[in-house]
Amino acid sequence: MKSVIERALDTASAAGASYADARIVQRTSEYLMIKDGQVAAVNLSSDYGLGVRALVGGSWGFASTSSVNTTSADQASTNAVRIARASARVQAKPVVLAPQKPVVDSYASPFEIDPLAVPIDQKLDLLLRANEELRSEKGVAVAESTMEIYKTEKAFGSTEGAYITQTIVESGGGMAATATSESDIQKRSFPNSFGRQVVTGGYEEIEKLDLVANAAQVGSQAVALLTAPECPSTTTTIVLDATQVALQVHESCGHPTEFDRVLGYEASFAGTSFLTPDKLGAFRYGSECVNIVADATSAQGAGTFGYDDEGVPAQRNYLVRDGIFVGYLTSRETASELDQLSSGAMRAESWSHIPLIRMTNINLLPGEMTEEDLIASTDDGIYMELNKSWSIDDLRLNFQFGTEIAWQIEGGRLTQMYKNPTYTGITPEFWRSCDAVANNWSMWGTPNCGKGEPVQGMHVGHGAAAARFRNVRVGVRG
Amino acid sequence: MILSESESRSIADKLLRLADAADQVEAVISSVETGLTRFANNGIHQNVSEDSVHVNLRAVVGQKVGVADGNQIDDESLGLLASRALAIARLQPENPEFAGLPSEGPRRTIEASSARTLAFSAEERADGAGQAVDAARSRGLTAFGAFRTGARTTAIANSHGVWRYHEGTQADANTVLMDDDASGTALAISGDVSDIDMASLGEIAGDKAELGRSPEAIEPGTYPVVLEEPAVAQMVEFLAFESFNGLFHEERRSFTSTAMDTAVMGENISIWDDGMDSSGIPSPFDGEGVARERVDFIDRGVLRAVVYDHQTAGKYGRKNTGHAWTAPNPYGPVPSNLFMAGGEAKSTEELVRSLDRGIWVTTFHYTNLVEPMRVVLTGMTRHGTFLIENGRISKPLKNLRFTQSVLDALSGVEALTSKTKLTGDYVQVKAPAVLVKEFNFTGVSES
Repeated sequence: MKSVIERALDTASAAGASYADARIVQRTSEYLMIKDGQVAAVNLSSDYGLGVRALVGGSWGFASTSSVNTTSADQASTNAVRIARASARVQAKPVVLAPQKPVVDSYASPFEIDPLAVPIDQKLDLLLRANEELRSEKGVAVAESTMEIYKTEKAFGSTEGAYITQTIVESGGGMAATATSESDIQKRSFPNSFGRQVVTGGYEEIEKLDLVANAAQVGSQAVALLTAPECPSTTTTIVLDATQVALQVHESCGHPTEFDRVLGYEASFAGTSFLTPDKLGAFRYGSECVNIVADATSAQGAGTFGYDDEGVPAQRNYLVRDGIFVGYLTSRETASELDQLSSGAMRAESWSHIPLIRMTNINLLPGEMTEEDLIASTDDGIYMELNKSWSIDDLRLNFQFGTEIAWQIEGGRLTQMYKNPTYTGITPEFWRSCDAVANNWSMWGTPNCGKGEPVQGMHVGHGAAAARFRNVRVGVRG
Repeated sequence: MILSESESRSIADKLLRLADAADQVEAVISSVETGLTRFANNGIHQNVSEDSVHVNLRAVVGQKVGVADGNQIDDESLGLLASRALAIARLQPENPEFAGLPSEGPRRTIEASSARTLAFSAEERADGAGQAVDAARSRGLTAFGAFRTGARTTAIANSHGVWRYHEGTQADANTVLMDDDASGTALAISGDVSDIDMASLGEIAGDKAELGRSPEAIEPGTYPVVLEEPAVAQMVEFLAFESFNGLFHEERRSFTSTAMDTAVMGENISIWDDGMDSSGIPSPFDGEGVARERVDFIDRGVLRAVVYDHQTAGKYGRKNTGHAWTAPNPYGPVPSNLFMAGGEAKSTEELVRSLDRGIWVTTFHYTNLVEPMRVVLTGMTRHGTFLIENGRISKPLKNLRFTQSVLDALSGVEALTSKTKLTGDYVQVKAPAVLVKEFNFTGVSES
């Protein structure tokens, strides 16, 4: 690997690059799915290639190839330099990189049981047993149980002298039960929606999910939702479970603090951000109990790594402290606009993609109250659990989210179950209405965060706990 | 590296041979050569190219199916791929519902490769971006967008004798021109980059942005609405994934399950899928090598059909329409070349002229499914929302959130443009602009 990277960097420099970096990435992944008691998918994937990024005359070029050898390295580097020169034809201003001390190091994410070494039949057996439990509830029309495993090996080198190798192992799984009637479809999932809960770690993390023990309740709630009343349309107090808080943080804090969005790099696609630089350090984003960090060092985070794809070490930085907006996710290029060093948030989906600013683990720090006490201290409101739909405007202000299930809170107790719960709001107004964060903090993985063109799917994490919000509009109808 | 038919055939033959211990084998070989130039703030900020090959091998042992995929095509890597697919198939319990691999059937080919697009260079894409930037600067606006050109080949072989190969090119461009309080957009997709005029897209986006300056908020509520083609396409895309999927239909997860041969939309609505229509981006066969049939979902408002793949058709005793994704695909069949019939109106402006009061929407943003049975979506308007009064635009509006059933919207279409436009995010949709009698706006944004 190293010889190919060195060759790519030498060729880029010789062709005129003032800076270049090269990444070789090998990702091995496994996806298993049981549907209605039958094996629906067993897929083993291997993806390997080289990407070269070159800076010429203050403009970027990037070329990638699935052929990894010194000849293809020459071709990719030559192509990247040529593309950079083409970019320079339409240059707004030259790219300036914030300084970064080149690092020579290696990193491996911790795990106990190598998930790729666990036999396929053992994994299928676990999923089959969970699936059988899901279907034990009469009325479950579709039962799905899934597992996904990733092993990503990267080598990064730069013309500044960095050379870093990393191995990151991720494991995850989930299940869902769908119940149908002539006029309705209801779905319950566990532990996260869309079958997607992924963390860095080994097979032990899949075992900890205890899919089999939790399956029966997932099935019974899906069926019960068919006859539950619709979530009322009103303005009230809501308590969101930790998974929905994770989604709320992702959409309304993670994305708007990506500084490339702020600078307009995503304006024609994913959108921009209301968190403009004039607000940095002065804007009240949320109440005093809202503290949010970007932490690429979090244990088990799907956004945990040793170094980002520019060779910047993993960091923990506040984005929101005591409710005040205080920080961005940055790259070397964008940090220079703020006269800062990079926050280490540049990652690419694969060798074939250029790194973009991506969330690492965007964590809402926990409060002191248990989730049970949070509910017990709420006289009247609605408790909502597990994301079902999400939509937010291109400034990341106006959002509308739906969850799979909700319950009325009456006198501190969960009572009536509701189906089709939704809530809507404006980001800073919503977070300012947060009056309590619980202490049931855990790490939730989002392995399908989309951004950029071509769209790159990224694995990001969110440490989150249940939280309470006042005066929220719920039950929006179409 | 674009693989020729003979190069693809050579790899496929090797894979079938390497996995011949299986009872049935399928190899899918694809190659991609693509370039994408993104611009923002009147300058290019990303400019990338990808050159890759992908191989997908499905090995069937009895009723057990293993799939291994990779992107290396040397003999050792192909051998490893075959042994992995076989090994994971053998470790499974039998799946009595597996319908086997498709046998040889109708073979269709269509010319879909443009030499001009294949040869289009990074320099030419940069110059195209420069034309959009020039259009912006001439109006005191700022340009953002992307310009992509590329080619893809797909080859499919299986042990029943199926062999298919298709090469296609695609070019697409998206431009947004904006200033501090307004934005406008224009986009184009074609198999031939010669059809894409970046300067023209810049002018269209600029006109829209200038119309949008100093937008005002309007009270959310139910309004008549004129939806331009990209907004209509988004609604049709959700129907493609959530409703016209034959697996969802059979599992009663779609409104289609109980509505076949009944009126579900207005009589002026017809929607179909046709992978052989060269006015879209053609795709003559599906992910299992089966010829894509034209499927008419909605015929003058009446639901007539959904799409099937080999597995779903086999399990439920239906006819395969050729809409499989590459294995493994537990999600079921999805149409990807959709068309919606136009109407009588000569232009979007004609739709506007017929309204006393209503809202004109250019595009939707971040649309998502709220309720699958009625296909209720929520999302935002974007890049040009206007109040219509007395048949003309009276003022620009701040973006609005909508929460709306697609079935209800397409049951209340009062007029459609005769001209249709190719667009779409995840699948291709060629759709007209429409005038909808009632559309539910449920919130307003500062954007």
